[in-house]
Amino acid sequence: MTLTLEDLQGISKIEQDRQEGFHHHINVCIAAGCLSCQSGLVKEALEKEVARRGLENWCRVKGVGCLGLCAAGPLISIEPEGTYYQGVTVADVSDILDALGGSPVSRLDCSAELPFFQRQQKIVLENCGKIEPERIEDYIAEGGYEPLYNALRLMTPGEVIEDVVASGLRGRGGAGFPTGLKWTTVSKAANGTKFVICNADEGDPGAFMDRSVLESDPHRVIEGMAIAGYAVGASRGFIYVRAEYPLAVKRLRTAIAQAERLGVLGHNIFNTTFSFVIEVRLGAGAFVCGEETALIASIEGRLGRPRPRPPYPAEMGLWGYPTLINNVETFANIPPIVRNGGKWLAGIGTEKSKGTKVFALAGRVNHTGLIEVAMGTMLRDIVFDIGGGIPDGKKFKAVQTGGPSGGCVPAQHLNMPVDYESLAEVGSIMGSGGLIVMDEASCMVDVAKFFMEFCMSESCGKCVPCRVGTTQIHDVLCKITNGSGKDSDIALLEELCDLVKNTALCGLGQTAPNPVMSTLRYFRDEYTAHVRDNVCLSGACKIHTPTEAP
Amino acid sequence: MEKKAVQPPNQRAEKTGPSEDRRWRLVDRTMRLHGNKSHALIETLHTVQEHFGFLDLDALKYVAEQLRVPLSRVYAVATFYQHFTLKPPGKHTCVVCKGTACYIGGASNILNEIEGKVGIAPNETTSDGEISLVTARCLGSCGLAPAVVMDGEVCGRMTPPAVMERIEKWRSHDTDA
Repeated sequence: MTLTLEDLQGISKIEQDRQEGFHHHINVCIAAGCLSCQSGLVKEALEKEVARRGLENWCRVKGVGCLGLCAAGPLISIEPEGTYYQGVTVADVSDILDALGGSPVSRLDCSAELPFFQRQQKIVLENCGKIEPERIEDYIAEGGYEPLYNALRLMTPGEVIEDVVASGLRGRGGAGFPTGLKWTTVSKAANGTKFVICNADEGDPGAFMDRSVLESDPHRVIEGMAIAGYAVGASRGFIYVRAEYPLAVKRLRTAIAQAERLGVLGHNIFNTTFSFVIEVRLGAGAFVCGEETALIASIEGRLGRPRPRPPYPAEMGLWGYPTLINNVETFANIPPIVRNGGKWLAGIGTEKSKGTKVFALAGRVNHTGLIEVAMGTMLRDIVFDIGGGIPDGKKFKAVQTGGPSGGCVPAQHLNMPVDYESLAEVGSIMGSGGLIVMDEASCMVDVAKFFMEFCMSESCGKCVPCRVGTTQIHDVLCKITNGSGKDSDIALLEELCDLVKNTALCGLGQTAPNPVMSTLRYFRDEYTAHVRDNVCLSGACKIHTPTEAP
Repeated sequence: MEKKAVQPPNQRAEKTGPSEDRRWRLVDRTMRLHGNKSHALIETLHTVQEHFGFLDLDALKYVAEQLRVPLSRVYAVATFYQHFTLKPPGKHTCVVCKGTACYIGGASNILNEIEGKVGIAPNETTSDGEISLVTARCLGSCGLAPAVVMDGEVCGRMTPPAVMERIEKWRSHDTDA
C-alpha cells in the first residue's frame, strides 16, 4: 500500500482538528539544553497536574524542540497567547495552570517582545519549538512531506535542481560551496549507483545548531535528503552523526522508523519509481571526520583520514560511487525551497549570500542560545540586540566565528554584515555557525593557544605540515603565554602559519592557523605585551616573572 | 545468500564471542545487520563498548575475525577514534567539556580542581577504580557553559566546588553501601 496525497492531507487534517480542539497548548522545551535543566520533570509534573484537574481535553502539554533561549531554560511557551516562561521548576506548575486564560505568571514571564525573539527570521527553525519531534503527524500538520510529494509527482529531477540553483543556497557546513552546483555535478555523474550523505558530525567546539535541528525537527532533514536523493538519482542515504549527541541519534532513529512505516521512505514512495532509504552511522569522536573524504572513509569503517581531492566525492565518493554530501542545515533548507520556489529564498539575504543562517550564540553574552537571522544582519545587532549584550557590565572584546578554522572579529568590525564574503574579508569564516562572544577577561593569545591545542590533538597525522606544524605553533604559543617568549617568536609564528596554511592536505590543516593569524592581525599588542613586557593584559595567563624563569 | 546465512550462526553458536557472555549476541546482531561486511567495523565497536564499557584485546580479536578485517586495522580504528577506550572505565565517570564556550566559562579551573583534589588527570581513573575523568571536545551544551556530564547527566553552569560536591557524594554513597 502506498501513501497518496489524500492520505497525507488526511493525516494533516486529523492532527489539525485535534490541535484546534484544545484551548491552550503548553509547549515544554525538551531539547538537550533545557532537558539538562530538568525540563523533563517539569513536563511530567504538568501532565500529572493537568490530569489531576481533569483538563486533558482543554489544554495540551507537549514536548517540543528548542525554543532558542537556552540561557533561560527550562523554557515553556503557551499558545495561542504567545507567552514565554523562563526558568520554570516543578513548583511553578500549579501557578502556570491557574494563569491559563488570564494574565501570565509575572515572576516567570519572559517577554516575547525581546529583540531575541523579534529580530529573528526563521526558515530552518520554523518548526522548532512548535512541533513534537517524535511525532510525524505533527510535522505533517505543518505541511511536512508535501514538498516531497510535489517534487516526486509534479517535478522532474532537473526542475528540483533548477530550483535549488535559483535559490542561491550555499553549503551551510562552513565553506559555502553553491549547493545547486554540487547537486548538478552529482546528477550528471554517469554511474548508476549514487549516495546521499548528511554531514551531522558537528565537531566545532562552540557550535550546536545541527544538534538542535536534529533534536527538534528530524523529519525536516529526512525530507530534505529524500528530495536530494530524487534530484541526483540516489536511492540510499546515510546520516553521519556524532556519538556525543545521543538524544539527536535517538530522535533521528525514531523519525526514520516512522517515515518508513508511513511510506515516505522506502520503496516506491508516493507510488512513483523512486525508492529511498536512510541509515544512521555514528561518529566516534574524531573532529577530522567532518571533512568530507574523511567522513566517507569513516562510513566505510576505516580510519577517518582525508585524501587529496580531486576526485571530489561528487564524482568518486562512498565506495567509489558519486556521492552528494551536504550539511544538516543545508538539507533543512530544501523542503521550504521546493514549497516556495527557489526565487523566494533568493529574495532573502544579501547579494551573494542567500537565505538565513542559524547561529549558536554562546560565551560572554546574556542571551546564549540558538538563533536564526537573515544573511547580512549586522554583527552588532546579533551580539547586543539579540544576544542582549555582555553580562556583568564588562567590555566587549571579540566574536569568534567558525570554530578552530575561523577567526576573531574585533570591536572595530561590529558594524559588519554577517555573510560569507564580509567574514572572509576580515580574516574569519562563516563556518558552521558557532558565535562565541569574548569579553575583556579573555586573553587572545590564550584563545589562540586553545584552538591550536585543539587542532594539534585532532590532526589525523597523515600529512607532515599539519601533524608537525600545529605542534610547533602550539609550542611557540605555550612559550609566549608562560612568559618565556622572545620577540622573534612572533615572526616565527607568522612563518609557521603561512607554511601550514599553504601546504596542509585538507581543510583542517589549511585553516588551523586562522585563529592565530586573525588574533595576530587584530591583537598584536597582546602578543608583544607577552614577549616584551612579560605581562598578560587581561590577566588570564599565569606568567612567570623573569627571576622565576629557569 | 540464504545458505550462507544459515550456516555461520551454527558455527558461531559453538563459540559465540570470546566468552559465554550473552552480550556477545548483541555484538553478533550488529555485525549481521550490516551483512558481516568490513564497513560494519565502527558500528560493531560501538556496540561492544556500549555493552562492555571498553574494548579489550579479546573483543578486538573477535571482531577482526568475524568481519575478516586484519587485527592491525581494528586496533588502528579503536585507537584513532577518541570515543573508543581500551581501558575499563571507573565506576563513575565525570566528563568535563572543553569546548570554546566552556573554556571561556572556566572549564580549566574545574579540571585543575579535580586534578588537585582527586588526583587524576584527564583519561585517568582513580587507583580504586571508582572515578574516571574524561574530557569532551564539545557537548553542544554551550548555552549552559561550563558543562560537565556526571554519570550521563548533563549539568550546566558548573563551578569547581559544585563538581567536587557531586564527586564527594559518589564517594560517600559507595562507602555507605
